[in-house]
Amino acid sequence: MFMGDTYMVDVHLRGVVKRFGKTIALRGIDLDINDGEFVVLLGPSGCGKTTTLRIIAGLEKPTKGKVIFGNREVTYLPPRERNISMVFQSYAVWPHMTVYDNIAFPLKIKKVPKEEIDKRVKWAAELLQISELLNRYPHQLSGGQRQRVAVARAIVVEPQVLLMDEPLSNLDALLRVKMRSEIKKLQRRIKVTTIYVTHDQVEAMTMGDRIAVMSAGKIMQVGTPWEIYNKPANVFVAGFIGSPQMNFIDVTIEEAQDGINLISSDFTIKLPQEYISLLKDYVGKTMILGIRPEHMYPIGYVPASLQKKDKIKGIVDFVEALGSDTIIHLNTGSKIIVVKTSGTYRPKIGEELEIVIDLDKIHLFDKNTEKAII
Amino acid sequence: MSREVLVKKSDIVKYYLRKIIIAGLVAIAVTWVALPFVMTIIYALSDPDQYYDPHIVIPTRYTLEHIHKLIVLGAWNATINSVIVAVLTILFSFAIGLPAGYAFARYAFKGKDSLKLFIVALRMFPMMVIAVPLLVLYFKLGLADTLLGIALAHTAMALPFVILITSGIIAGVPVEYEEAGLVFGLNRIGAFFRITLPLALPGLAAAAIFTFIMSWNEVFIAAVLSFQNRTLPAFILNLIGGATDFIKFAGAFIMVIPALVFVFVAGKYLVRMWGITLK
Amino acid sequence: MPNEEIPTSVKLSKYTPYFLILPTLAYMVFFIGYPLVQGIMLAFFDEKGRFTLENVNYLLYGPGSLFWDALKYTILLAAVIIPIQVSIAFGLALLFNLRFPGKNASLYTVILPLTISDVAAGLIWYVMLGQYGFFNKILMNLGIISHPIIFFRIKDMEFIAIVITEIWRATAIVFIIIYAGLQMISHEYYEAAEVFGATTWQRFRYIVFPLLLPSLQAALIIRTLFAFQIFGVVWTLAGRDIPVLAGEAYYAQTELLRPGVASLYALIIAGLSIAVGALYIKFFKAKYLEAGM
Ligand SMILES: Nc1ncnc2c1ncn2[C@@H]1O[C@H](COP(=O)(O)OP(=O)(O)O)[C@@H](O)[C@H]1O
Ligand SMILES: [Mg+2]
Repeated sequence: MFMGDTYMVDVHLRGVVKRFGKTIALRGIDLDINDGEFVVLLGPSGCGKTTTLRIIAGLEKPTKGKVIFGNREVTYLPPRERNISMVFQSYAVWPHMTVYDNIAFPLKIKKVPKEEIDKRVKWAAELLQISELLNRYPHQLSGGQRQRVAVARAIVVEPQVLLMDEPLSNLDALLRVKMRSEIKKLQRRIKVTTIYVTHDQVEAMTMGDRIAVMSAGKIMQVGTPWEIYNKPANVFVAGFIGSPQMNFIDVTIEEAQDGINLISSDFTIKLPQEYISLLKDYVGKTMILGIRPEHMYPIGYVPASLQKKDKIKGIVDFVEALGSDTIIHLNTGSKIIVVKTSGTYRPKIGEELEIVIDLDKIHLFDKNTEKAII
Repeated sequence: MSREVLVKKSDIVKYYLRKIIIAGLVAIAVTWVALPFVMTIIYALSDPDQYYDPHIVIPTRYTLEHIHKLIVLGAWNATINSVIVAVLTILFSFAIGLPAGYAFARYAFKGKDSLKLFIVALRMFPMMVIAVPLLVLYFKLGLADTLLGIALAHTAMALPFVILITSGIIAGVPVEYEEAGLVFGLNRIGAFFRITLPLALPGLAAAAIFTFIMSWNEVFIAAVLSFQNRTLPAFILNLIGGATDFIKFAGAFIMVIPALVFVFVAGKYLVRMWGITLK
Repeated sequence: MPNEEIPTSVKLSKYTPYFLILPTLAYMVFFIGYPLVQGIMLAFFDEKGRFTLENVNYLLYGPGSLFWDALKYTILLAAVIIPIQVSIAFGLALLFNLRFPGKNASLYTVILPLTISDVAAGLIWYVMLGQYGFFNKILMNLGIISHPIIFFRIKDMEFIAIVITEIWRATAIVFIIIYAGLQMISHEYYEAAEVFGATTWQRFRYIVFPLLLPSLQAALIIRTLFAFQIFGVVWTLAGRDIPVLAGEAYYAQTELLRPGVASLYALIIAGLSIAVGALYIKFFKAKYLEAGM
């Protein structure tokens, strides 16, 4: 059933620029996607995700740059010759065809024999649990069902590259979680090179083999979900990933006897000796310190395994009790620091609190380039 | 890992060939429509000797003499008449049709669908049917050969369009805006005039232009209902029987100019409007 | 107070929409309904209110009656013009649905003929096709013809001139309807087809055409009904050489001074419109529309 060794293909974008009149949607995108990989394009609305996807599909021609599938440049190839499939953001399930005809359409176009079409449509319908809907028209379906038809239609041809543009954005929360794992499982099973667009970081983290974080027409970082979370390359990625957002504090770097002091207007954090060489060039300068709320602990909730640590003090300004977690807004004098801790802990507003920071998990960014140094 | 990347030349050629073919087809369409307008304007202003010289396609000497002759024959009066009739038609058809359009856009009521269907059907009804009997009636009412009479008949013709367009436009203004007005102390009429109307104004202005064009172009009813006080198309229709070529050219010229103005002022809206009313 | 009084103003507000529509209905009764009845009276009854076939006889057998010719030409013109118009308009709508530079200016140019009267359109093509018109001049100067082609005062050539003019003038209206319909189809529908490997023809055949069918039908109905009212173009280009129903109505009214006959002609046009409109509506129905969309 697979089309020989052409079934999987690696995809490369080389310096892709796209202008729409005066707006520049993409400012030079370089991206390499391996055979059978699931790559997520993640970024805020308007950053150019859809445009990137449409350029890979061939629905849009880049102003500059190249699109390469395997060893063939396809920049000017029309979509139908690219052996791709796509799930559109609004599904684009054709209203004048039944579910069956919708799914069968890509096969019909490829002149697959009728019995084979029937077999494959039923296979796809089964996989997405829409077998009983095959004779309905799209307007008789719910959003979730329509979305499954769109996915079934996209996988029935066994494309070289599967493109998905926020396919879950119109679904309710419960269905979204379910479809997330279903799509991921499906992709593992058919091993198709997949590019998936979303603005939802949870979706990206749970589904992607790798994530490309985009902002304002540029790729800010490409990496595994672990890398994106633990080693953000810059302030944008650090701030975009994680909830509540990472705390950013301006600090001045100062050499101390046995380490490095990070001096903010409200407190000083001391880093051990081994940081001296890393921060040599920044001594006397201002950097941006980044600490995730989940990497700070009130006294009594500090894990025993914590090795390098320091403490800061503040007054509880506001508490969000979320059940499983408690979010504490801590006033350290001139700044509010957000701390995420166990739901069993309920400090009172106005209470003075000491918070332990996990120094292994802090980030330091160059103030000018916003690039991560640590 | 450096693999050779193959670019197929034919892909690029195909891509640009497609662009060229599209541009060519558009150019043909635009020329086909625009050329008669351009040539009409040129020949209407052309020096007769050059026009009658078969070797000169584009004349070099121009004159306003033909236009002037047409004006002396009464074209100016007819133009004024046409404007008056069209403006009256706008006033009447909006005064009567706007409330109905509002009702269709904002209320659910019994018989709404049938009424709307009736109006949709009327829009395609050949209104020339009413011309002759109306004239008989107008003789009794003293409206025969008056601009008011023509405008009243044109109002009947324009009304279904005005109702459908205005209901479309008003439906396009979210009802929440009006409801917010009601919450903050306006009554329904006040909410309409202070909130919905200003928001709908650009669309309504385009609808007014649309109505103007309908009336301006209508010839059968106008020609039947008038003998002296003719609108421009009726005047020219009546004139061309025995007119010289240049008078005909000048007639075309005079009727075409406002059309050009309208399209370049309100083209975008007009395209949308025709889309609404004719579907 | 168990039985709360509903204020009169609230009770009345139920009737508000009817009040708003009332002026329209009254106007239509007076300016369309009444004239229609009067038209029938004029056509079939004499001054004393007695039924008479005098006008029918005059229409059919009166001196110089061109009724059958008028009926023939009205239908013939529609039959020749409409298929050409719909094809061109359809192609044009597909073309304008693509992206290309200068699209808006091209669009406004293409719809220009919509804003002029049929009399003006007739005169414009009188300019174009005259003995010294642009058409003849350019062909002669290019050496394609040696003598001008004469379009006017020759019946068959006048017919051709009318066809050309009507195609030029009223294709735009069909175009606009189809174009509006096309714009309502989400781009994603045919992009999806493109992604799944459909060629241009297949996209047209399986996606665009079926989705556009309702608009196409609407365009066809409207165009046909207006075609029966053809008047200004014919009158300016051919006069009564090519008789049409509306032209005969005008002639009966203004030259023969027989309002009864003129009314009869107008009623025939109305009857024809209603019959054809009903036929169209009966035959056209998209399958997926019946499924309740
Ligand atoms: N067809 C278009 N014409 C003009 N601007 C466009 C077009 N498509 C996208 N853009 C612009 O390009 C930018 C990126 O858009 P898009 O790729 O859709 O973003 P995303 O999918 O990330 O939300 C936006 O500023 C958008 O307004
Ligand atoms: Mg998008």
